[in-house]
Order: sequence, then structure tokens, then C-alpha cells
Amino acid sequence: MSNAQWETISNQAVAAAGVVYFLALLAHLVQWSALRKVPVGSVARRATGAVGAAARRAIAGESPQGSAVAVLEREPADVSRRVAMFARLALLLTGLAVGLHAVALLGRGMAADPNRVPWGNMYEFTLSGTFVVALLYLVFYRRLGLSWLGPLVTGFVVTLLMVAVVWLYEPVAPLTEALNSTWLVIHVVAAIIATGAFTLGGFTSALYLLKARAGDRPAGYLARLPELPVLDRVSYRLHAFGFPVWTFAVLITGPIWAHQAWSSYWNWDPKEVWAFITWVVYAAYLHARTTAGWKGRNAAWLALLGTATLWFNFIGINYFSTTSQHSYAAPEVGTSVVVER
Amino acid sequence: MTTTVEPEAPEAPEPRPRDLSVRELARWIWRQLTSMRTALLLLLLTALAAVPGSLIPQEGVDSLKTSRWQDQHPTLTPIYDRLGLFDVYSSAWFSAIYLLLMISLVGCIVPRLGVYWRALRAAPPSAPRRLDRLPAHASYTSEQSVEEVLDRARGVLRGRRYRLADGDGAVSAEKGHLREAGNLVFHLALLVVLAGFGLGSLYGYKGGAIIVVGDGFSNTLTSYDDLAPGRLFDPDVMEPFTFTVDDFSAQWLYTGPRAGMAQKFEAPLTYRTEPGAQEEHYDLRVNHPLSIGGTDIFLIGHGYAPVITVTDGDGNVAASGPRPFLPTDGRTFRSFGVVKAANASPTQIGLQGELYPTYAFDHDHGPYSTFGEALDPFISMTVWTGDLGLSNGTPQSVYALDTAQMTMLKKDDGAPFRVDLRPGESVELPDGLGKVSFDGLQPWVRVQISRQPGIHLALGGVIAALLGLLGSLFIRPRRLWVRARTGEGGTLVEVGGLDRTEGGDPADEVAAIVAALRGEPAPDRPGDPQREEPEA
Repeated sequence: MSNAQWETISNQAVAAAGVVYFLALLAHLVQWSALRKVPVGSVARRATGAVGAAARRAIAGESPQGSAVAVLEREPADVSRRVAMFARLALLLTGLAVGLHAVALLGRGMAADPNRVPWGNMYEFTLSGTFVVALLYLVFYRRLGLSWLGPLVTGFVVTLLMVAVVWLYEPVAPLTEALNSTWLVIHVVAAIIATGAFTLGGFTSALYLLKARAGDRPAGYLARLPELPVLDRVSYRLHAFGFPVWTFAVLITGPIWAHQAWSSYWNWDPKEVWAFITWVVYAAYLHARTTAGWKGRNAAWLALLGTATLWFNFIGINYFSTTSQHSYAAPEVGTSVVVER
Repeated sequence: MTTTVEPEAPEAPEPRPRDLSVRELARWIWRQLTSMRTALLLLLLTALAAVPGSLIPQEGVDSLKTSRWQDQHPTLTPIYDRLGLFDVYSSAWFSAIYLLLMISLVGCIVPRLGVYWRALRAAPPSAPRRLDRLPAHASYTSEQSVEEVLDRARGVLRGRRYRLADGDGAVSAEKGHLREAGNLVFHLALLVVLAGFGLGSLYGYKGGAIIVVGDGFSNTLTSYDDLAPGRLFDPDVMEPFTFTVDDFSAQWLYTGPRAGMAQKFEAPLTYRTEPGAQEEHYDLRVNHPLSIGGTDIFLIGHGYAPVITVTDGDGNVAASGPRPFLPTDGRTFRSFGVVKAANASPTQIGLQGELYPTYAFDHDHGPYSTFGEALDPFISMTVWTGDLGLSNGTPQSVYALDTAQMTMLKKDDGAPFRVDLRPGESVELPDGLGKVSFDGLQPWVRVQISRQPGIHLALGGVIAALLGLLGSLFIRPRRLWVRARTGEGGTLVEVGGLDRTEGGDPADEVAAIVAALRGEPAPDRPGDPQREEPEA
């Protein structure tokens, strides 16, 4: 296949993935709106926990025999069936969309001459970042029981994909010379994976804060989220996964590559500074979770602060600062340097 | 520190010292400084303090941009300068924050080293009286005798890498000490990283030089165009290598979205690691530095040096050879440069002007360059006569002309006399001053040469930190007890487990051990992830 064909495939796959993510979002919305008919109070004020757990499993699309009976006692059968069906449909659609998303990335890499990893500009970074968010959601779906995160993840990914296509799109182009390195693969993969995990952790922390704010009588979506300690723990696990990966990306591979390309392993370049700030904030988050007076709410705020610095660094700093050697927003040409004496 | 629950002081504020001795005061300050809350605040303060350096141009990062910014903001500049905002990362206040953070870290870690050392040597604690009160427990009745059960338990637990101790009718087991070790290693490694980083910035140096293809470079202070030495840098440690730039090539893109960009920069070098050493060759490329001893040589830029010959009024060559011109536009390589003919007579001659690698002209822009490659090079320079100012002893840039005591040559109509030449052309200067010829174009490369002692220390430190971090996040410290006693229907076996990390759940482990004790295959891990949630 020619490069132009690959590029077309990539563009079409992005569009298709966007549509399927959107359908998945719709399926999630149907799923959650169907649940409105299930009395929420039974979840929030439950004493035994049986109905709450059953409703939660129904949301997750997993209806073990025993709990399905509990649901049936309280709800019309068709509601619980609809909830389970749409939950499964949404998960299926998300999986399909992630597959299409992968095709889009592959096409992007194959369209370049010579073939390369698709991480050369903001459009490609955004495409990869959202892909990893969706992929990690699927990977951790069962392990951490993330079904309740579905609407947020699909909504977020579809929004960012639109932003990427509308504002960030750039035709496939060869890499600038400094980017042409194996460290591009290692450094950027690690950075993007950590970004995905931190983003999911940020969602969880935001939901934690919203639910904590709603107090004892949360309504609607919030009422059906896992209990606060579970949200806190899921958030911690995502961050505990992301933090070492981020350390690897920012403090090991980044400096090694910087040393090779720019002759100095740490330059206090704005992108480096913000990666460092993000690292420190997440380090503070991990500490805060074990410190009296900082547990829970304050730690969650720190996680949100971390997500904010992360995404500001990912997108914002490219437009904000022109000194950054990482500034991919405006393609930098050649390696010329103006010297003054 | 990351997940282990701190033996934190209770919420009540420390009693404030009143009429205390200096020693007690110092102790109180030390306790405040090394408390977890202070560490947390210092961490956040470090993050906050790093922000201004990314918003205000930094002297050490981009000095050209910094001086431009300073020119544009005459009122803010003195204030910012006093606050050290143009050099945040070596300013006193930034250093103070991270040094306090490091002191706080040492204060946290050193006492814990002792605690850890004692815990490491202590035997696993004896079994609590009621194992069924532990978060995870199980019991069953066995046909085997108490001794047989305990023997088997020892075997099973040892196989699962537990440290064991025997109690009264019970076996105590413990593992996962490496978690705290990882935690300690992580924090100590951060000190190592800081030490490595500090060594590099104190004893290292970084310098740049422009070298015309065909010319050589020898690693001495005077060969550098610019040099940024560390505070304790000693020029004697500079490696005595020399090298010659044999060639330079780049691949220009003529089509596609990045047309005008160049790739595959390559500068073959011939080098000697010291005078008299064997000659060696290296293709210097972006991302592929040449390392000689502890010094690295990087290719970071390129440009053009027009070969210009100035013949004076007497017919003698007053200046010749390639003159590096500095690009003022990174895309089209429109460049600026000067020629100084100090020996010209009757008067010294200076030329200054621009080079256009691919010349174009229109009435809106005047002369300009359309492409970075030298497809149709053209120079356009003005001519100055008078005193070049070289004899008064003040050092001068070779890339700029001091025109204070010079006058520009003008044509009869008052317009500047311009030397507009393509390669191979020459022009006679008016008034019998001489002749200027443009003989050709030579590429130059800009190399950055740096020596960063401590770089491997920093790298080793950060790798150790990562390993420690992984240990401290993912190793689960566990305690398990197996008790057996003779009951009514045989031997009653109880197993209890404790996971001292938050959210840790030893239920699987207990179930697996029970299964192993009974000689069954290990049970499957239940799939419900929310199983850990304490029900109501």
C-alpha cells in the first residue's frame, strides 16, 4: 500500500473510532438512564448491602445468579436486562473503537517515509494519549472494576479525538532530526502510558470528591459509584501504576535522550520543568495518602492538581512557551542555532 | 513512606516552646522540619517554585531570548533580576527549598534505617490469641497430629519464602521486608541523584564552537566560542583531544509538508584522543555524540561560511578565507556576517551584510532566501572604512563589526555602496580602496562539547530510586500465623493473616496456604474485584 493510502486509512479509522466511541457513550447513557427506575435510595442507604451490590453488578453487566435474584425482587425484570445488555454493548463498542484507534495509529506510522512511530506532533500525541486512556480502561476494567468509569472515558476520548481532528490535524510528515531516535519509542511510550493511567486516576479522584461532597445522600450516577474507600483505593492503584512509569519516562529515559540530542541531560527546559512539577505533585499525592489530615479529600485534590499539570504540560506548554525544545506545535526546522558572542 | 502508615504524631499541635533552652528549641525545630506534613508542604513548595522558571526566559536555558525579554521589559527586569527570576534554578530561594526538602528527607529516613535494621533482625511476632479476629482467617479440622500439621505448615511457608518462628503450638511467619527497604532505597537514591547532579554543575562545563569544514579544533579554553563552566571547574581536567571536521552533509526535503527541512545531518570527523595518538574516524550525527574520555561532542547546528577575499589598494590580500555567517532565520538560513581586513591600506576595511543561500528578490521584502540549501548563494554587504577598533585592546566579537569609528562607503547618489556577489564574482571598491571577491561557500558545523562528571552517579541513583520505588509500591509485607491444637473431632487448624499495607488483602494468601496445608490445589483467584470492599 502506498503512503497516501495508509494516511487515508488512518484518517478514516480515526473518524470511525470517533463514531464508535460516541456509540459506546450513547450505550452507557442508555444503561445509566435505565437505572433511574431502580430506586437509588436502596443503594445509598442500604444496611445489608445486598441490593447495592446487586445493582452495582447489574451496572457492570455481570449478573451472578444470586444477586440477579436480589435485583429481580426489587425491579422490573426488563430494566435489569436492559441495563446489563447496554453495559455489555457499551463495553463491546469501546473494545471495537480501541481496535479502530489502533488501526489509525498504525496507519499514521506506515504513512510516514521512512516508517516510524506515530509520535511526531501534537495531533499524533493526542491520538496516542487518548488511545492509551481507552486501552488502560479496558485493561483495568475487570481488575479494578472500572465499569462505572465507562461514560467518562468514552466521553473524554471522543471529545479529545474531535479536538485533535479539528484543531491539531497535521498531514503525515517526516520527523525532525532530533526526534529521530530509538529513545523516542521508549521515552514517549512510557510518558503516554503514564499519562493514560494518571488521567484515569484523575477521573476517579474527581468522582471521589463529587461523591464525598454529596455526603450521605448522593443522587443518580454518584449514588451508584463504588463507596468512597473503594474509589480512593482504585485511584491509588492507578497512580501507583503510573508513578514508576512516569519516573522512568521523565527521570531516566528523558535525560538519557536529552543528553544524546542536546548535550545536557537536564536543561530546565519548560517541558522538563513541568514534567518535574507533575512528578513532584504525584509524589506528594502518594505521601499525602499516608499522612494524617491529608488522607482522602486533600489527597484527591492533589491527584487532580497532578492531572492538571500533566495535561497542561502535554498540550498547554507547547503553545505557551516558545523556548521549549520540545515545542512541536510549530515545526522546528533544521538544527540551526543562533550564536551570540 | 509512600504507603506505609506513618507513625504520625497525633492531631494535637506540638506544645509551643516557651522559655525553652536552645537545645530544646533546636529539637523542636528539627521535629517540625522532619515531620511528614512539612515534607509534604516542602514538596508542594518545590513544585510551585519551579513554575516561574518555565514562564520567564532563563539565562541558562536561552540567553538570547532572555536578553531580548529584558530589553522589552525595562521596569520589571531589575526587580526580577534581584529576585533571581532569570536564573531560578540556581537562585538562593530555590536552593533553600530543595535543601530543606533534602534535610527533611534525611531526618525522615535516618531514624527509619535503625527501625528497619531492628525489624530485620527481630523474629516474626508470636501469634495473637484470637486468630479469628484478623482480617483474613480460616480454620479446618485435620486428621493429622498437631506436630504433623505444624511441620507441614513450616514447609509450606518456607516454600513461599516466609521467615519463620515457632511459638507455643503455632508457627509465626513474616515476609515483605523489602517493601520498607525499597522505600529507604528510593529516598536515599534521591540524595545520590542530587549529588550526581551537583557534581556535574559544579565541576563540569559546557561550551560551543563553530568549526568550518576542513578546520580543526583542539580542546583548550581558547578554542571555544562560548563556555559555561561550573563554579569549581578546573581547565586542567580538559581532555587533550583534537579533531578535524572533514565534511558536512545534510539531506534537504524539496516536497511534502516539511519541504525546506533538512535531515540526516552528518559531519565525519578525524580525531586524536591526545597528541600523538592514533588517528580515528567518527561520523558525528544528531543524537549520536562522540565520547572521548569523560567529554562528549555533539552536533547541534550548521550554517555557511562564504569564502571572501579582500584585496587592498596596494594589491595585497588583506583578508581571505571562509567567514562563518550566523543564520538569522532557521528555516531559510538567511545569515549575517562580517569581514574585517585590518591590514588593508590605505585604510582598514570592514564588510557587513547578509548571505542568502537561495537568493530571491521582490519589492515587498527586498532580498531574501527561499530555501536553506545553498542552491543559488548570494551575498549583499555594505563596506566600511576607518578604524576597526581592534587595536585598543578590548575583545571584539568576530561576528559583529564595531562601526563607531568607521564610515560607510556611499555611491555618488548617496545610497550605500553594496557588494552584491555570486560565487566566483568580484567587485572593485571605489576610490582605489581595493577589490572584494566571493570565491565560494563552505559549510560550518556548530558543536557543543560538554563534560558532566557525576552523570553516571545520577543515572545509577535514579535507576536505584526506580527499583526502590517499585519495591515500596508493590511488595506486600505480610504476617501469617498457623496454630494447631487438639480439638474434639481431630486437630483444629487455624490460619490468620495480616497485610500491613493499606488496601492489602491477605485473604487469597490465607486461602492458598489452607489449600496447601490440606494438600488441595490452590483455589482460583475469585474474579470479583470489589470483593475487598468491606460490606457495610
